[in-house]
Amino acid sequence: MDRRVSAGLLAGALGLLATAVFAQQPAPAPAAAPLPPGSPLIGRPDNNPAAAKLAPVPAPPLAAAADKIPLDKYKLPKGFNLELYASGMPNARSMALSEKGTVYVGSRLQDKVYAITNKDGKREVHVLVSGLYRPNGVAYKDGTLYIAELSQISKIEHVEDMIDKSPKPVVIYSDLPKDEAHGWKYLAIGPDNKLYFEVGQPGNNVLHDDAHGQLRRLNLDGSGAEKIAFGIRNTVGFDWNPKTKELYFTDNGRDWLSEDLPNDKLNRITKLGLDFGEPYCHQGNIPDIEFGWGHDCKDYVPPVALMGPHAAALGMKFYTGTMFPAEYRGQVFVARHGSWNRSKKFGGDIALVKLNGDGSVKSVEPFITGFLQPDNNYVGRPVDVMNMPDGSMLISDDWNGAVYRLSYGPHAKLAGR
Amino acid sequence: MRSLAASLVVVLLAALPAQAQTQTVKERLPTCLACHGENGQSQNPDVPSLGAQQSFYVTVQLLMFREKMRVADPMNDMAKGLSDADLQSFADVIAKLTAPKPAEGPADAARMARARTLVEQNRCNFCHQADFAGQQNVPRIAAQREDYLVKALRGYKDNSRHGYDASMADVVAPITDEQILDLAYYIARVK
Repeated sequence: MDRRVSAGLLAGALGLLATAVFAQQPAPAPAAAPLPPGSPLIGRPDNNPAAAKLAPVPAPPLAAAADKIPLDKYKLPKGFNLELYASGMPNARSMALSEKGTVYVGSRLQDKVYAITNKDGKREVHVLVSGLYRPNGVAYKDGTLYIAELSQISKIEHVEDMIDKSPKPVVIYSDLPKDEAHGWKYLAIGPDNKLYFEVGQPGNNVLHDDAHGQLRRLNLDGSGAEKIAFGIRNTVGFDWNPKTKELYFTDNGRDWLSEDLPNDKLNRITKLGLDFGEPYCHQGNIPDIEFGWGHDCKDYVPPVALMGPHAAALGMKFYTGTMFPAEYRGQVFVARHGSWNRSKKFGGDIALVKLNGDGSVKSVEPFITGFLQPDNNYVGRPVDVMNMPDGSMLISDDWNGAVYRLSYGPHAKLAGR
Repeated sequence: MRSLAASLVVVLLAALPAQAQTQTVKERLPTCLACHGENGQSQNPDVPSLGAQQSFYVTVQLLMFREKMRVADPMNDMAKGLSDADLQSFADVIAKLTAPKPAEGPADAARMARARTLVEQNRCNFCHQADFAGQQNVPRIAAQREDYLVKALRGYKDNSRHGYDASMADVVAPITDEQILDLAYYIARVK
């Protein structure tokens, strides 16, 4: 049963009960009326002017013109370059790459998947498909593009021949909830040649049925669906350690617990079936104030790294190229979209996560900053990162509707290539 | 009334494409206001008042009409072919129209009180503001037409109207149809 339906039934039943019990008594004061279960506002303090100012930051609905993209505001370590790879893709989100160099870009608030073609260094943006519903996730393998919408996974075969031909995606899997909250999906293909995606928890902080709060995987034809990890609030980025083949994933912590807690997480899957604790335990050591009673954080798998309060750690990749200096090889780059549920915003950067030899985390530090400006406003918001064959990396930005290219060294820029 | 409004739309649509290329946004505005009402106040059933609507919200809605992410006759045709700059210009002009006035006449006190409780319970004022003027991507709903408010809330409830983001789908999920009628009654009238 859909969680929302069951919650509704429960609320209805409780309502009947309450009506029966209190029928002879005066109605309760309006201000004390509780929020419905699963409301995004649960936990938000009433009558607190600082909290009252906080709401998700709406992204501009139109893509920024190429000459209005604030590349000069982004700060990089010495020797690195960041340049505009392509623009004009409103709400550009997750990315996938074909062997011909076409970059496919999904979107969450638009209905489109874009294709950035690359012929002899000349890049063009095409709308590949319109009319999709929250097509956040894209993955590519052997000529086929896979797209994850809110509640279905589909594919376009021979996609490289279909650009500008309005291809119709063929649905391969749709046994999914339809909840809007955390319903958009990240999609990637693992070393086992299976499609991986998440089903987030259907609200800020909610108990839910066994169809939510998990990672699933499928065969490329949509068969063989398996639930492989649990207790996940909402991951919008994952990748496999090229050395150990273990899956690492970001997970976003709940809202309204406090300004500084909980942290977003970086988790590691060492075997199938692990439970990462949400919504009972946050960041490995904070029992939830509502649902934590009777649960022990020790019973859940702790994160390998804390990614910052409300940071919205999204897309992440192990760096597999050789263009960057040796110290970056095999390390993890994470796009932190940036917070909204915090007075002084946090994140809005690309973070570098350095690993120890055993796959545990040595450090987390900001790598590219400036998406969040000192005046507490965003001028860009990174969503996903992707390795390119030449050792550069692409970074998507849903605020400006653009993709950037990160390279290293004096001769690494695209110009003249 | 419906048929009159519909035929007016047909006439205006027929006139639109030829002129659209050369006219400024201000010159094209009367086409919008023919249905949405002069001075920001709609006189047409199910057609929203636009006065003092949030520019950000209008830009998003026009974009959704153009891209058919929100399907509503005749707005998809009206927005067809508009450039991004056009969307922004229309939104900026509409935001400057006079705000609509609350529905006149005596209000049913019991309904108003019931709805006030619902507004508080569902925290409508958190995003739409205490005076329902809205902010950024959250629309002004103050003094909106009652029938349009019912239509919009029902659309969010059965997901036939997709929000640009998921906020309203989440908010209306636990709200009953009876409550929707009370909420619309109240917001159209409250001063």
